[in-house]
Amino acid sequence: MAAEQAAKRAVKPALARVKALSKQYVQRRAFSRTKFVVDALKNVDLEIQPECLTALVGSSGSGKSTLASCLAMLEKADAGEIWFEREEISHCSARELAWLRPKIQMVFQDSAGALNPLFSAAQIIAEPLEVQGRESGRQVRRRACELMEEVGLSADWADRSALAFSGGQRQRLAIARAIALQPTLLILDESLSGLDLVTQAQILNLLADIRVTHSLTYLLISHDLSLVGQVADHIAVMHRGTIIERGTRQEVFGGAQHEHTRELLASTQTLESAFRTARPGMRP
Amino acid sequence: MQSVPCHASCVDEGVGLLRVRGLSVNYPSRVHSPVLALRQLDLEISAGEAVGILGESGCGKSTLALSILGLLPAGARADGSILFRNEELLRLPEARLRRIRGAKISLIHQEPGLALSPVMRVGEQIAEIIGAHRSLKRKARKQEAESILQEVHLTDTKRIYAAYPHQLSGGELHRVAIAQALACRPDLVIADEPTRSLDVTVQGEILGVLQNLKRKFGTALMFITHNPALLIGFTDRVAVMYAGRVVETGSLSRVFGRPLHPYTRGLLELVPRSLRGGDLTAGTRLPAILGGPPDLHCLSPGCAFEPRCSLRTGICRSECPEELMPETDHRVSCFNHGS
Repeated sequence: MAAEQAAKRAVKPALARVKALSKQYVQRRAFSRTKFVVDALKNVDLEIQPECLTALVGSSGSGKSTLASCLAMLEKADAGEIWFEREEISHCSARELAWLRPKIQMVFQDSAGALNPLFSAAQIIAEPLEVQGRESGRQVRRRACELMEEVGLSADWADRSALAFSGGQRQRLAIARAIALQPTLLILDESLSGLDLVTQAQILNLLADIRVTHSLTYLLISHDLSLVGQVADHIAVMHRGTIIERGTRQEVFGGAQHEHTRELLASTQTLESAFRTARPGMRP
Repeated sequence: MQSVPCHASCVDEGVGLLRVRGLSVNYPSRVHSPVLALRQLDLEISAGEAVGILGESGCGKSTLALSILGLLPAGARADGSILFRNEELLRLPEARLRRIRGAKISLIHQEPGLALSPVMRVGEQIAEIIGAHRSLKRKARKQEAESILQEVHLTDTKRIYAAYPHQLSGGELHRVAIAQALACRPDLVIADEPTRSLDVTVQGEILGVLQNLKRKFGTALMFITHNPALLIGFTDRVAVMYAGRVVETGSLSRVFGRPLHPYTRGLLELVPRSLRGGDLTAGTRLPAILGGPPDLHCLSPGCAFEPRCSLRTGICRSECPEELMPETDHRVSCFNHGS
């Protein structure tokens, strides 16, 4: 059954594709005139299959978030192509991109920083609907309450400030806001790091549910291979601005080619196997 | 299985370094009734022992760390007793507490980037702590700080000593924070989720440093975390916390090998296993503990875990379970621990 589904997915053309993407940041040390160039992305290729979860893994500073912001067109790449739903978008102007904005949504790590503390929960979710002018007045409020219920928050909390929610609840709120415009691609930029294991598992289960109801494609950015190993369909490993390994989860976990990937896998698996030894009664 | 009710009096007498008895901490609130962050908590740490404190966010782990250090926010009320080397920390004058804090008990923060001053060289920050507790000349302080940096596996000590926090990588900053905590060779180090937000390779290195620390200096360690897998290899005992209480405690091998409390079992199930085989579609779901921790403003008279518990029975709602000791060195607070 799972194999059939996977085969069906594989036939579909990629939802998003990045070709030979490069991006440099020019930086200057404080009180110094000399500039130096940081190669954040070097000739990166990536394909995101529709309705799959693609994970982008790597240590901090490897360029994962830069790639995501370029894909979401929050930053302009220096060279290369970005294709989304059969359109090349990297050279589009802001006006030309208006159709694209609702289709790609992001959820960030620091939900407390990403949500406006002066807004109520309902206002936070309603804002994108109002900006896009899709619904009006009372409808917007009703839709916001529906979305809250959908992500597992009680609609009675619609008037609470974002600060009154716990970390996991705020992440749910951020997800509700992201799916309000019915996007096709949801980019989760370290959205699960910083949450405890209990909340992480709950949010992953929520993502599994809304993936089906909203036909969503996920790009999950994370440094945590053991988290990614539980849920990803495809994995791309980044290291110093390039993608060093790509494949299905089984391929990457089963036969990693690059030394850096093997190192990452080894540190993950050492911890896991030590835990398994300490817990003999654990189910396989 | 025979269960013996266990009271504070029947605790075996070890070489107690830290002994927490009936500790309750309330945070007053203007709108609601006070938040009961800790409720009648008992905990013991012997000299040179590493104890893991396990639990999800909001169950009082950090409050426990802050009350031991005497760093609770103003207004918080602490009752009970915290005995450290036979000194009652809760009733100690601030001047005396200041001589213990940093010298005898020290803290490794979650975010060393925030705990270190951005305008001071990191080496000087370590030397400053040494200077505050020991009367050493400037040069000797520097030497001491450099040797501590070496002990946390920072080889390039000259560069690190002279660096500002922003010039160091995440892993280096963490080691500096550990070095700072070790500066005065404390008896007890409290590590509050020291590997949060680190990637796996760095996380492994930091855990290695902490393991070494225990082996080399015999420092007692209180390791606070939400991830049971991180405790393997160097903690001797585990205390599982829920809603401001220790619900299960015992040696690591016993608690992990045969967890008795349903909450502990749930937590242990959550440890990620890569290549679990399922994928993220409806139908294949990860094991999860449903719901969230209870509202600490208004706790029911029964067991705090009851609303989320799969083993709950009628008595769980009306009565709070006492601590039982069904096996030696393994205590649990649950009516249905055997099932």
